[in-house]
Amino acid sequence: MDIKKHKNFNLQYVLKEHSSLLIFILLFIFASIKYDVFLSRLFVTNLLVQNTMVGFIAFGMTIVIIAGGIDLSVGSILAISGIVAARMSSYNIVIVVALTLLTGLALGSLNAFMVVKLKIVPFIATLASMIGIRGYIHLTTGSKSVPTPDRTLAFKAIAKGEIIPMIPNALLWFLLILIIGGLLLKYTRFGRHIYAIGGNIEAARMMGINVNKVKWATYMISGLLASVSGLVMTSRLGSGQFTAGDGWEMYAIAATVIGGTLITGGRGKLSGTFFGVLILGIMRQIFNLQGNLNTWWQNIATGVILLAVVIVQSRTMIKKKL
Amino acid sequence: MDRDVLLHMKNINKQYPGVKALNNVELIVSRGKVHALMGENGAGKSTLIKVLTGVETMDSGEVILDGETIVINSPAEANHKGVSTVYQELDLIPDLSICENIFLGREIRKNSFIDWKETERRADEILKSMGIDVNVNDILSTKSTAIQQMVSIARAISINAKLVVLDEPTSSLDSSEVQILFQVIRDLKARGISVIFITHRLDEVFEMSDEMSILKDGELVATSKTENITRLEMVSKMIGMDASSIVSYRKAYNDSKIKDEAIVKGIDLVAKPKVNGQNIEVRKGEILGLAGLLGSGRTELIRLIFGADYLSSGHFEVNGEKTKIHNTRAAIKNKIAYCSEDRKSEGIIPYMSVRENLTLAIMGSISRFGLLSRREQNKIVDKYIKALKIKVSNPNQPIRSLSGGNQQKVLLARWLCAHPELLILDEPTRGIDVGAKKEILDLVEQLAEDGISVLMVSSELEELVQSCDRVQVIKDGKTVGGLKNEAITVSAIMDKIAHGAVIN
Amino acid sequence: MVAPLKERLNRDIVINRLIDYSPLMVLFFIVIVNVIFTPNFASVNTLRNLAIQVTSSLLVALGMTWVIASGGIDISVGSVMALVSMVSAKLVGIGAVQSITIGIITGILSGVLAGAIIAKFNIQPIIVTLSLMIGIRGVAQIINDSKILRLDSPEYVFIGRHRIFGEIPIQVVIAFVAIIIMYFISSRMVFGRKIQAVGENHKATELVGINTFVVKIGIYATCAFLASIAGVIDTARISASDANILGSMIELDAIAAVAIGGTPMNGGKPNIIGTVFGALIIQVITTMVNMNNISFEYSLILKAIIIILALWAQRFLHSKR
Repeated sequence: MDIKKHKNFNLQYVLKEHSSLLIFILLFIFASIKYDVFLSRLFVTNLLVQNTMVGFIAFGMTIVIIAGGIDLSVGSILAISGIVAARMSSYNIVIVVALTLLTGLALGSLNAFMVVKLKIVPFIATLASMIGIRGYIHLTTGSKSVPTPDRTLAFKAIAKGEIIPMIPNALLWFLLILIIGGLLLKYTRFGRHIYAIGGNIEAARMMGINVNKVKWATYMISGLLASVSGLVMTSRLGSGQFTAGDGWEMYAIAATVIGGTLITGGRGKLSGTFFGVLILGIMRQIFNLQGNLNTWWQNIATGVILLAVVIVQSRTMIKKKL
Repeated sequence: MDRDVLLHMKNINKQYPGVKALNNVELIVSRGKVHALMGENGAGKSTLIKVLTGVETMDSGEVILDGETIVINSPAEANHKGVSTVYQELDLIPDLSICENIFLGREIRKNSFIDWKETERRADEILKSMGIDVNVNDILSTKSTAIQQMVSIARAISINAKLVVLDEPTSSLDSSEVQILFQVIRDLKARGISVIFITHRLDEVFEMSDEMSILKDGELVATSKTENITRLEMVSKMIGMDASSIVSYRKAYNDSKIKDEAIVKGIDLVAKPKVNGQNIEVRKGEILGLAGLLGSGRTELIRLIFGADYLSSGHFEVNGEKTKIHNTRAAIKNKIAYCSEDRKSEGIIPYMSVRENLTLAIMGSISRFGLLSRREQNKIVDKYIKALKIKVSNPNQPIRSLSGGNQQKVLLARWLCAHPELLILDEPTRGIDVGAKKEILDLVEQLAEDGISVLMVSSELEELVQSCDRVQVIKDGKTVGGLKNEAITVSAIMDKIAHGAVIN
Repeated sequence: MVAPLKERLNRDIVINRLIDYSPLMVLFFIVIVNVIFTPNFASVNTLRNLAIQVTSSLLVALGMTWVIASGGIDISVGSVMALVSMVSAKLVGIGAVQSITIGIITGILSGVLAGAIIAKFNIQPIIVTLSLMIGIRGVAQIINDSKILRLDSPEYVFIGRHRIFGEIPIQVVIAFVAIIIMYFISSRMVFGRKIQAVGENHKATELVGINTFVVKIGIYATCAFLASIAGVIDTARISASDANILGSMIELDAIAAVAIGGTPMNGGKPNIIGTVFGALIIQVITTMVNMNNISFEYSLILKAIIIILALWAQRFLHSKR
């Protein structure tokens, strides 16, 4: 009985499970027919590379949201990590990378501490660290960007080098994290426990899952990925921007939700978020190319798509409840 | 040490603030036997199980499993030691697949990665051995409650448990599903696994269990081989009354107060899957009981009458006129009131004061231009606190600080002050102590005397026998029989539930 | 059995009082510290500036209090402010009163939309208002191609600049009236009860016959209405409309004010007075930092710490009862 269901092409099922992929393909086809430049290699690589930075934090956000939380501090963590990286940029690359990533891990832990130990709602806890960290950034930089005149070649190569020819490293890291993260979520005990606590935290506790530990880890991952993003950004731009990542948390949430992750937790995929990020990115490109349209239409379109996706999601939720 | 004893819980004590939940309780479960644990709500069954499974810690006492004294601090530890529990509310993850739910927390791994193939194979094997044929990759939430329950049991089996605790496993299953479950339990027994079986249904106790213990008010009042105890003895132990007083526990009839005309009539009501063409008629001044097992569609039927669920076909007549009841507001306008069975999630507004909870349904009528009249509110609240003998030190205290019985009275008062003509009560005495139970039932009778019609659902058949003028018995979403006045007895109702055929 | 219950009740009451008054105590403490250490803090001028500056975030926070009390959240308020500002500034040619009215109606409509989507489809409010936040900001930007719109209507600017009796800024009066009305509705009127009921137990509220759909629309529309007024006031004060920055991040200040003020973040009784203190606390910190020539960024860090402390203290006290 169930097998038949799988064999038949079930349109509704496909729409539901792969809506982000479908939207992406439609946008892509539309864009490549409409604009000649769109299919050039440079353009496609650009599309991907430009979106890696928001992509990293969107991946982190996805993991936190699947676990039933939310992390608004990612933009601030991105910025401070970028500044740490900029300040260190003349040192040995290993030290730079280690310290930058440690910054992210530590701040992620701070969020986790507030959520897990102080039991403050994630939205507010990470809101506070978002504000606080941003304040600290302004203080320490004097609201100026931090240049990296003595940066090492290796530092430059973090984003711009090409370990694999034709693929900028920024993109390589992005794809690597997508694959590693995807495997982590699907094939490890820890990954499955993330879904479990997001789906039904009480049941997860009853099943002997260390709920606090898993939660804690998700915030650390989110912090870590935000710092990766900061590192790549500083390497790409050649300076640590004090305004970096401002408001990105919202785009990361949007990409996550458009990618099919349930905002209430328990369901979602990194690959969905990947396309969620690309959808937002490709829309930006289209609006750029369409010179006679105001780029602000892009905001409106983003809002509308996001709304449409959650409404479709909610309809399946209602069915599920009954 | 007796070789035949698997579990021995000795002198277990547990104190909650203000309540002695367990008082020197002893429980002995034999190896490879089904042990029924009985008791009314609040008798301490759940607490005892929670202590055993490490959800709660006991204040004092000893747990001996397989001849060894053990300390269990968490459900995971209990699992590890071979004690597995299937809870009443399903403790599974709805968004994950069936096979994953079975092995979550003890994932099957190869080279530290989860081996999905093996997971699927073993899940399939376990479910097949239980006679259940499903695709183990399906998401759990897409399956019926029965299947979910089976998955929960499969999970319990898969940990190689010595002891499986089933906490009211049959409460949401229909009769054929119950039989599948029983087959599973027999299988467990055959493998030498002991089962603690908590249920409210006497039939099941006699059909399935080898031995049994009865708790009452946190104390063990009886333990015996099932064959050595009669039904009547069991019931009398559970409610703490001897058999003769149960029989005389029947109110006098007073037919004169009941008028012939129907106040609310539901005709050919359909709301799949639990209501399949039901007819119901409540007359003025009568107490009509709805009997049927849990899952028979009784709650679903009364929710339809209150407009709380979607009616797919059929219609209502209120006072003889065809009336649309498509939402709760329409029902209230037609003077229908409804107290849900789930006090906590569908009744009280926990941090709101007693005063405001009580007047929640009539706020509109005691306000002018949306401004609440505090004086009017106080008048009503004082009146009902007195009339219903609600124990509350200050009506401004939050309702959650009241005992279950008093909360229930406040919820009753919430509707009484709206002066309904039909009051629908779903399990009005669930989870409240015996004294308050009696008060509430007396109150219901008083209301009927005053001319309010009452439609009542209860799984405690004695209550229906005691209170109702008429009982309608339903099964699988259909009416299978009706009883009137003296004909209403526990055995008659049970007989209808067991053997009744659909009547129209 | 009776005695411990009574004791518990007394303790409950003490703890409840503590929770109720904690924002007031924090505010009191901060003000005292400032009176002592900040030169010129205790002057009419300082107080007036403080009152002017707190107005818009206070108005937004009042509306947010209802939204949070009903178990929701609204992060679109800043964009609503920008939209109202733009619409009213663009149309100011037809007369200040008319253009402001149209602007505010636009704002209310966006609130109705948010409430309707949230209630109808039962979607997480944060996501609905997130999409509105992004989308509405876009609409506001399009109106004047994202350029700043100067306002040369003395009538409009009047709202931001006029002082009643030469002393009391008009927007302070507006805020005051808003506080009183919101407090009155929350504590004395039927609608206030409905907000709390929806926030604490949605199902039960539906079952007593309260139309939760209408209640939610009312809540989000009110929130948008107050944000609209804030938008108009801000526009009048700077006599220009800038769709890019007007009201951006204000939702965070508002949420923080509500959180500090003691309204339960998961829904419950709306604490309007608490929110007022919360908003004042945040503003006093900002003012304090400014007046002491401490770099402004410290106020951000201080805010963050106070939010966390306030919520942690609430948690702690709640767990005690």
